[in-house]
Amino acid sequence: MTGTQTTQVGNQSGAASILRPMETSTSATGSAAITEQVVLKATDLNVYYGDFKAVQEVNLECRRGQITALIGPSGCGKTTVLRCFNRMNDLIASARIEGSVTYHGIDIYGEEADAGEVRRRIGMVFQKPNPFPKSIFDNVAYGPKVNGVKDKKKLAEIVEKSLRGAALWDEVKDRLEMSGLGLSGGQQQRLCIARTIAVEPDVVLMDEPCSALDPIATARIEDLMQEIKSQFTIVIVTHNMQQAARVSDRTAFFTTEINPESDRRTGRLVEVDSTRKIFSNPSDPRTEAYVSGKFG
Amino acid sequence: MSQPATISLTDTTSQGRRFRDVGFLVALWLSLLLALLTLATLVITTLIDGVPMLNRDFLTFFPSPFPEDSGIQSALFGSIWVTVTSGVVSLVFALGTAIYLEEFADSRSRVQRLVGLNIQTLAGVPSIVYGILGLAFVVRAPLNWGFTVGSAAATLTMMVLPIMIVATREALKAVPPSLREGSYALGATRWQTVYRQVLPAAVPGIATGSILGVSRALGESAPLILLGALAYVSYNPTGFDSDFTVLPLLIFKWSTEVQEEFRPLAAAGIIVLLAVLFALNLLAIIIRDRSRVKW
Repeated sequence: MTGTQTTQVGNQSGAASILRPMETSTSATGSAAITEQVVLKATDLNVYYGDFKAVQEVNLECRRGQITALIGPSGCGKTTVLRCFNRMNDLIASARIEGSVTYHGIDIYGEEADAGEVRRRIGMVFQKPNPFPKSIFDNVAYGPKVNGVKDKKKLAEIVEKSLRGAALWDEVKDRLEMSGLGLSGGQQQRLCIARTIAVEPDVVLMDEPCSALDPIATARIEDLMQEIKSQFTIVIVTHNMQQAARVSDRTAFFTTEINPESDRRTGRLVEVDSTRKIFSNPSDPRTEAYVSGKFG
Repeated sequence: MSQPATISLTDTTSQGRRFRDVGFLVALWLSLLLALLTLATLVITTLIDGVPMLNRDFLTFFPSPFPEDSGIQSALFGSIWVTVTSGVVSLVFALGTAIYLEEFADSRSRVQRLVGLNIQTLAGVPSIVYGILGLAFVVRAPLNWGFTVGSAAATLTMMVLPIMIVATREALKAVPPSLREGSYALGATRWQTVYRQVLPAAVPGIATGSILGVSRALGESAPLILLGALAYVSYNPTGFDSDFTVLPLLIFKWSTEVQEEFRPLAAAGIIVLLAVLFALNLLAIIIRDRSRVKW
């Protein structure tokens, strides 16, 4: 299965061979010698849905205490890559990957890795707020419960801490027994963030978390991301370039190209660098064209 | 490009268009009226025939060959025994099958699709076929259970099971995938996700589907007649090996007797059966409305 793939050398990083390079270091991290610890790392990642190659040759590092934004036009595979980071793509029967994704150097798709434990450590906030049809309290307590916390007092503490962490506590503290579905869209999304941080993850993946929200709710979520980024490694997919520029420290630009093998569009990572550099002086003309609004 | 002097908002396209619109509405009303009239005639004539017979004796007396001494007690108890047994057994197996097919099985596998298609087909098989099956395998060898509560319940279970599986699968399908994703993303296992999120969200659909399946078992007579049913049983069932009769069988028997005196009894039996069915359907509606989730 793996290793038989032939690839054309398209990108500047000479990743010509896909022979499962478990601990090969990549040079795609740019010139600045950043000392932050690498938490998530994708190496020569290709993702397929059945025979369709959705995204190819992704080499990406996400670092502690930073917000990494994934941007690019529709269909470029940014969400697909994000969903590989906590094995959510396992839920799609036809999806499979080549290459590797490591978390603190451990292969999350390895034999030893349990998908549940991977997802507990690498949480996810979805595009559309998806609270459970339960009370606000139970929404937040669900994660700790399924991970084995039984003590009621402990659960109550976690719920309060998480809701405070998601800047929602003051708005809902008097109605924790109300349904989470009764909240406004922005509150629902903060509830989902509270729910995610309640299991004390290391990484929070956000898949266009503000695309269903109004500008005020969006601003609150963005503020929240700044507040919590010291505790978590955050990776955000966004369609909104201003958002990427506002909130992220590093930006990865993806694009989509016709794949000569299949004649269908396959996403690929063009470049990843500090957000400032991507938006002011990108290395690749395709990035330049996209961030200046020439396409996409 | 001249501006019309006066602006009119009346429909000037054609008279025919408006006429067809009204005609269609009239046709719909007529079909509704026809359906309601038929139903009303049936119910009213049954009520006229049956209501005078409805009293405590009718409910407490046992069926007998003499119309004046006839009641439905053993049939009522027989119906409860058979329906509850087949309902509970079917629900357990339907839940297991539907949860496996929807949440665990690989939806791309050919075997899974074949099984799904077969269950769908079984749900549409006429009840008499299940009667033949029950007669051949349960009443006679290999099980050789005779015409007992157990064999009737087994036969009706075979009939109701596919209906319940289909209904339960639909209820599980209607649970939005975002709910499952939210659960998995917190590190929940597949079973935790099914048990704590998907099943509770699917309860309204499962309850409605199951109660409709049970109603079907309650009202069914054809397969039981084929099994070799008794009608005039003068004692209540005592266990799964006991003789028994059920309401639809008794009604059938009464309405085919030569003596005219049995007709009002049949009508009264129908009223009781209808009342129970109505109550079950009402229960289904109440459960559905109580536990409905707005997404």
